[in-house]
Amino acid sequence: MNTTTADHDMEGRSALSKLWTNREARSVILQILTMAALIGFFAFILTNAVANLAAVGKTFSYDFLGEPASYDINQSLIDYTSRDTHLRAGVVGLLNTGLVAICGIVLATVLGFILGVLRLSPNFLLNKISYVFIEFTRNVPVLLHILLIHGIIVHALPHPKVASTEYNLADLFFLSNRGVFAPKPLMEPLFWATIIAFVVGVGFTIWFRRHAKKVQDETGKIYPVFWISVAAIIGLPVIVFFITGAPINWDVPEFQRFNFKGGMVVLPEFMALWLALSLYTAAFIGEIVRAGILSVSHGQWEAAGALGIRRGRILNLVIIPQALRVIIPPLTSQYLNLTKNSSLAIAIGYMDIVATLGGISLMQTGKEMETMILVIAVYLVISLMISAFMNWYNKRIKLVER
Amino acid sequence: MKKTAFISAAAAAVMAFGATAASAATLDDVKARGELRCVVSTGLAGFAYTDSAGVYQGFDADFCRATAAAVLGDASKVKFVPATGKTRFTILNSGEGDVLWRNTTWTFVRDVDVKLTFVGVNYYDGQGFMVPKSLGVKSAKDLDGATVCIQTGTTTELNLADFFRTNKIKYEPVPIETNDESRTNYLAGRCDVYTTDASGLAATRSTFPNPKDHVILPEIISKEPLGPAVRQGDDAWGDTIRWVLNATLAAEELGITQANVAELAKGTNNPEINRMLGTEGDLGAMLGLQKDWVVKVISAVGNYSEIFERHIGPSTPIALERGLNALWTQGGLQYTPPFR
Amino acid sequence: MSEVAQHYPPGQHPDMPPPAGQRGVLLWLRTNLFSSWINTLMTIVAVYLLYKIVPPLLDWAVLDAVMNAANRDECRQLGSGACWAFINDRFSILVYGFYPAAERWRVDMSFILLCLALVPVLFDHVPFRKPGLIFSCVYPLIAGWLLLGGFGLQPVGTDEFGGMMLNTVVGVTGIAFSLPLGILLALGRQSHLPIVKSCSVCFIEFIRGVPLITLLFVASTMLNYFLPPGTTFDLLLRVLIMVTLFSSGYIAEVVRGGLQAIPKGQYEAADSMGLKYWQSMRLIVLPQALKISIPGIVNTFIGLFKDTTLVLIIGLLDVLGIGKSSLADAQWNGLSNEIYVSIALFFFIFCFGMSRYSIYLEKKLDKGYKR
Repeated sequence: MNTTTADHDMEGRSALSKLWTNREARSVILQILTMAALIGFFAFILTNAVANLAAVGKTFSYDFLGEPASYDINQSLIDYTSRDTHLRAGVVGLLNTGLVAICGIVLATVLGFILGVLRLSPNFLLNKISYVFIEFTRNVPVLLHILLIHGIIVHALPHPKVASTEYNLADLFFLSNRGVFAPKPLMEPLFWATIIAFVVGVGFTIWFRRHAKKVQDETGKIYPVFWISVAAIIGLPVIVFFITGAPINWDVPEFQRFNFKGGMVVLPEFMALWLALSLYTAAFIGEIVRAGILSVSHGQWEAAGALGIRRGRILNLVIIPQALRVIIPPLTSQYLNLTKNSSLAIAIGYMDIVATLGGISLMQTGKEMETMILVIAVYLVISLMISAFMNWYNKRIKLVER
Repeated sequence: MKKTAFISAAAAAVMAFGATAASAATLDDVKARGELRCVVSTGLAGFAYTDSAGVYQGFDADFCRATAAAVLGDASKVKFVPATGKTRFTILNSGEGDVLWRNTTWTFVRDVDVKLTFVGVNYYDGQGFMVPKSLGVKSAKDLDGATVCIQTGTTTELNLADFFRTNKIKYEPVPIETNDESRTNYLAGRCDVYTTDASGLAATRSTFPNPKDHVILPEIISKEPLGPAVRQGDDAWGDTIRWVLNATLAAEELGITQANVAELAKGTNNPEINRMLGTEGDLGAMLGLQKDWVVKVISAVGNYSEIFERHIGPSTPIALERGLNALWTQGGLQYTPPFR
Repeated sequence: MSEVAQHYPPGQHPDMPPPAGQRGVLLWLRTNLFSSWINTLMTIVAVYLLYKIVPPLLDWAVLDAVMNAANRDECRQLGSGACWAFINDRFSILVYGFYPAAERWRVDMSFILLCLALVPVLFDHVPFRKPGLIFSCVYPLIAGWLLLGGFGLQPVGTDEFGGMMLNTVVGVTGIAFSLPLGILLALGRQSHLPIVKSCSVCFIEFIRGVPLITLLFVASTMLNYFLPPGTTFDLLLRVLIMVTLFSSGYIAEVVRGGLQAIPKGQYEAADSMGLKYWQSMRLIVLPQALKISIPGIVNTFIGLFKDTTLVLIIGLLDVLGIGKSSLADAQWNGLSNEIYVSIALFFFIFCFGMSRYSIYLEKKLDKGYKR
């Protein structure tokens, strides 16, 4: 802006309005005002918080995290007793959140891709069934899904006593309203051989896939990569397992006075949360996958078909890699949603971080502010981590434009 | 145009919802408001539950009414604020409630660290266990491997952990937020045992389709003095609540009942009755209340025994004995300092 | 060319219908269900699935269901299916919550007015659109007055709100108030002023990074600490504030998408006309951006409407909360499927309807752009 003409034009006006008409100056003023408003706002709520806390005589401190939690948790991935600290209870909750989120993401992805492909299936019946399923599932609140599935498990499945005779599979697996009971593997020392075999199998598969790709690029020869991978990852460990004399014992659940004893149990709360989150998210993923596949132009199918590639391979090599670029960004937000929705665990008593740290610890210590801030921070970190990972993955599969 | 509409709508909403103030002098606030906000349980048969007309009834609810009668002279001027185990202290501390008459256990931490003031005990309780009869359990020590439904955020949760730990018994806790849900889960067989205060067990059992199929085990594993609480730092208001409770007890001691209180308020030979009912001296004014505040309390809800019998006594479905809650003269613990 | 001269082999005359396998039902069956052996297999699986699911479901929900009974035991005697009598018994409380029975017409009235207020917003070609939009803007005031009372109506406390009405109140208020906030945030995120921009980004990412339930917990347990000492807000108002902030984060992202879809030429054209920032936004950019954002906004609303059920976790009795607490009723103990299925149906009807609308809009907009 030309200052001399500006001076001319605005001779009668005050210095302030001159500043206002200058673009740079105005933007600085605006930003200072925003900053001031923001600082003022935080100062306001902080002084209020300090005054209010003082009025009820509370202090802001995280010391309680080091004190014994004094309550029991029914599902824990790490050792935990009621004598452990609130911090450890929080970690138990965090791991439970992680467990249900990861299991949920895996199942939702698998189901979602199946649904998405079915939605495009030429088979009229399957197409419509998956359509009805998707529409019904995603238009009903996820909390309702959770409660409904939990209600079905608790009210419709039998008591363990009945389950021990009627709902059992080979006296090994039992389905009851206290959860699914299954034998628990107890590893003997030699079992390490099987684990090593598995690692070797995975390593070999990675190498072999690269090698096969190279061979294909050079000579056009196609190895049966899938079957060889299966053989390496599953077959090798199985063989080693039996050669070393099946070094594993099974702790089979057995019905006792109240409940099954021994074995592994998947609690109804976990099942309800896991299934509900997976089904709900799968319905959204199904639509995303469908849109992604449709976004690949039909010419790609035809071009690949003209090269004589089989339908399965077209999907694998041509369509899905292109569709993935459309699918990944919305998929990320679905994963984020699933993780955040896992906080609804508290409605049915699954002990995730909201239920332990933000629930029982909050109630037993009366530290609302401290615990809620901690819980919110944990979710923010999880969200940022998932987005960072998916961004990295998205970048990796991005079309390399030449 | 759009913006102004939104702003005015927001302003109207704020006005309509009413941003209210809670100052240190709760008694004055309540009087100015003309309504007592009384925090009660979301639903516990016999103690605080909504009847079919949606009105709060029960032992705790009647103490709310007694308080309103004493402070405002009208037992109906109560707004019941239902609270879960999680929200009760926040509601009180934030000023959304004036007093907590919600079977809440008086503990050191709550009194000192959560910044409440407990002003008395209206029910001496202890934690017990309930199991289906068909399990054949005779003692809580037989419960190895059992699944236990508990309400989270309560002292019962902590007692339970301690009890099973000291007795080296394994159990699976099923943590649930409200009594209603615990009940549903227990009846569905999600858990073998339901544990809470013995009075709560009896109250819950009374609502079962077949109460006789469930037994309450003999062990009482904790002391649970349940009593009213107020915000710390408002001694005058604490005094008011304390003496409302004491008045119901003293009335029972002195034989003042809902039926005869009007008659006795005309004057008697007993100076303590006269002092209580305001025909002699002016104890009410010292609390900042009307002279006849006790008359209002007793004629609204009756004395302690009448409240007890009406809601949880042997003649009700809940069928609790007086036990520890009998007057000290009858072998119980209920004992009031003199009105003097 | 004469007709008699034309000879066709038998069965090849063009006027003859196609062979049996190539027309009508059979053709449709062949192409849609039995086009290959794998397709046939899938059809068989699907039919088996349907056979396993549909008849029992129909038995439960319709054929063996009981519509009228006094309690659960009576239901069980009358039929083995769903006990809809329970829903019958609870219907009015599920819809209106604890709203005084004599005043329920006010809830109905505000719902009808809501539908009227939505018409000019959602559809282009309706008569009286201009005055209609003004009505839409003042609608929140009218609804607030109707629901809360005062000024001649009997006041009703917010603690008496409940049921579907509470879900609707929270959802509609949340979306209505978050729209202006979301637009400001979206503009802030696009702003050239670094501080304004970073504040908007931080706020949006914060909101989108945390679960709604933690924000509701903040509303129920912490928010009062941040207010000036001595002030308390009604719980519903605190929830509404949090829900508004929450959905504004999502609306902001939707509007940002709309803003980014506007060609740069539009911004430049506005500048070259000498319009100031707010003028160009108000007259040129936002009308276009908002128009293409409507499907996204409707989808956000569907999400928010479903999320209103979360308020039950902090103790407000929405439709799901009332359903859940009805389950504890000794008379009807344990009829969880009936209650959850009917609430699910309610949400399905509303949300599916809205999602159809947003698809219709998307198609319309798509056409508009393709021309």
